[in-house]
Amino acid sequence: MTEANKEFDAAKSAWEEEYATQVSADDRRVNRSGIEVKPLYTPSAENAENYMESSGFPGQEPRTRGIYASMHRGRVWSQRQLVGLATPREYNERMRGMVKAGTTALSMIPCNSVYRGYDIDEVDPLLLGTCGTTINTVDDMAACLDGVSLADMSVSLNDPLPFTLLAFVLATAKRQGVPIAAVSGTSNQSDYISHFVANHMFLRLSLEGSRRVLTDHIIYANQHLPKWNPISVVGQHMQQAGATPAQAMGFALSTAIQFADDCRARGMKPDEYLPKFTFFFDISISFFEEIAKFRAGRRIWSRIAKERLGAKDPRSQRFKFHAQTSGVDLTRQHPLNNIARVATQAIAGIFGGLQSMHSDAYDEVLSTPTEEAAKIAVATQNILREEAHLCDVIDPLGGSYYIETLTDEMEQKIVETMEQVADAGGMFAAVRDGVVQRMIGDSAVTFQSRVDSGEQKIVGVNAFIDEESSSHVAPLERPDPELISEQLTRFQKFKDERSAAAVNTALDEISRAGEDESLNLFEKVVEAAEAGSTHGEICERMRKEVGFGQPLIAA
Amino acid sequence: MDVSEQIDAVGQLAVTMGRRPKVMVTKIGLDGHDRGSRLVAGFLRDAGMEVIYTAPWQQVEHVVNQALEEDVDAIGISSLATDHLLVPKLMQALATAEMEDVVVIVGGIVPDEDVVMLKEAGVAEVFHPGTSRDEIVNGITTLISEIQVGE
Repeated sequence: MTEANKEFDAAKSAWEEEYATQVSADDRRVNRSGIEVKPLYTPSAENAENYMESSGFPGQEPRTRGIYASMHRGRVWSQRQLVGLATPREYNERMRGMVKAGTTALSMIPCNSVYRGYDIDEVDPLLLGTCGTTINTVDDMAACLDGVSLADMSVSLNDPLPFTLLAFVLATAKRQGVPIAAVSGTSNQSDYISHFVANHMFLRLSLEGSRRVLTDHIIYANQHLPKWNPISVVGQHMQQAGATPAQAMGFALSTAIQFADDCRARGMKPDEYLPKFTFFFDISISFFEEIAKFRAGRRIWSRIAKERLGAKDPRSQRFKFHAQTSGVDLTRQHPLNNIARVATQAIAGIFGGLQSMHSDAYDEVLSTPTEEAAKIAVATQNILREEAHLCDVIDPLGGSYYIETLTDEMEQKIVETMEQVADAGGMFAAVRDGVVQRMIGDSAVTFQSRVDSGEQKIVGVNAFIDEESSSHVAPLERPDPELISEQLTRFQKFKDERSAAAVNTALDEISRAGEDESLNLFEKVVEAAEAGSTHGEICERMRKEVGFGQPLIAA
Repeated sequence: MDVSEQIDAVGQLAVTMGRRPKVMVTKIGLDGHDRGSRLVAGFLRDAGMEVIYTAPWQQVEHVVNQALEEDVDAIGISSLATDHLLVPKLMQALATAEMEDVVVIVGGIVPDEDVVMLKEAGVAEVFHPGTSRDEIVNGITTLISEIQVGE
């Protein structure tokens, strides 16, 4: 037996051992023709030239085939459908329905007014609750989560800096008698860099200020919230804004390196923060390209985490990611066709080995998704999992000449992007100087030109045009103005009844932490939320202390 | 259509007007997604128009003031997350400032029901996702020409 054969056999045994700890030996799967479907297919030891370097076994370096030994065969991805509507009471009603249906993970999308750092009495009521839930206080969060214990439910918050929603969640946990260490979930939208370069939904903190707020947040989570993922590194915003899939992956990995460097500079050790890094990506309809993107990203991160960032714990090398099917690919023409597009994107994400998914509603190109369309999006995932059996085999396309070659080529492209960013001084500097924004803008123009020229065909838009649209579209759903008005009354009442002195003291503590870097800013946000401060008040104070930024605009 | 044809069309309009047509591309309200507004700004600029491009989240009053200061011929509002609901207020503010001759165009995600509402409020055109560069550039050129001829 050659050395290479021995290495292969040893790795295979290690994989089998680990797999057996995750999946019961009774889990036997047989297809319709009576053939047993194994969890993993590999070359034989004799034909495994380069296999160990480029692919390896799932859960082992270089992790191309997956970050866990059993992947979807052992644990399917979480369905994290974004939910956010109207006021906390409506959210609670929708959420209770989902819990009844078996959901164990919630997502929470705040109203755009919250994204912008405002309370509901600061913006035009016409816009309130149309895209997400109006959550401004600990009472609002308690109302959202009424009837559900934070000890049992993982919450995924779309909660940009300075993380007021998480502060409200922690305050709610205390009210429920749940220790904050038991609260689990993820701070989505915590990647301020992606907001600076792409979707501009952040809270107007300056780039430099954001850097401190995020690092303080990671430190706080590390000390107090063992089950919380404080950072979700976003490539999705970049790709939606026009970056190619390879660029988006390259930017996200460069951002992760930046955040890791920032944590290290504050005295943390790699294995303290890296296991809590998660990623968030777009899944476009460019099917094989997306699969190769995820496989390549996994391989690069596994290598970087160990070699560059100094991880020793294998958990630090795991490229855990959530992905969302791409809204940019959906068309207004014949909107029901979008169901097919979303299904195709979702399959690419599944074959790419995601840990969590949001599939878009077919009507999001027309309006904020209706409940009917949102249900179809969930059913799409269920069909792929249960009827199409996409979870039986780990990395089912691994070993395909095309996929393996494409994975290598995507890796090269991704690394090229990362080198461009590194040459510009790293992600922080590249964004500050507008380098990344220009790259994204150029790619957006290139793609649009391909569509306009017909090189990229889009069914119903520039090809196979059918003037007679027969697509059914569900009626528009907007929050009842009466509900918004009641919420405004409740908000005013909350402010009238709280202790103004306690709020002022807590807000002053935020200012003090702004000046004194030995204090943790996020800890002060948590205390302020508990004292009854509103989202708008906390954001306003943060802007004052850490600076007021505007995105860099280059058109 | 070739960009050079668009440049010619905009050039002819510029001769009629005695200056290049000027368009403000902006976003009002709360949303920050700007892929569409950036693309459209680039298309119009490539076709030879003068483009005033703003950051997102503008307030209605600021848009009116800037449009007045810059003396723009058209305002393009990009909306992807219900911010178009504020456009009737923009139309009112423009009327108050006696700027009814400014062409207002909305682009982005606008439900059919709301298109009717926007047209009634005086919006000249609503461009939906999937509209090509040609349709956008030619459409805006034509709308500005019509206003100029009308005067």
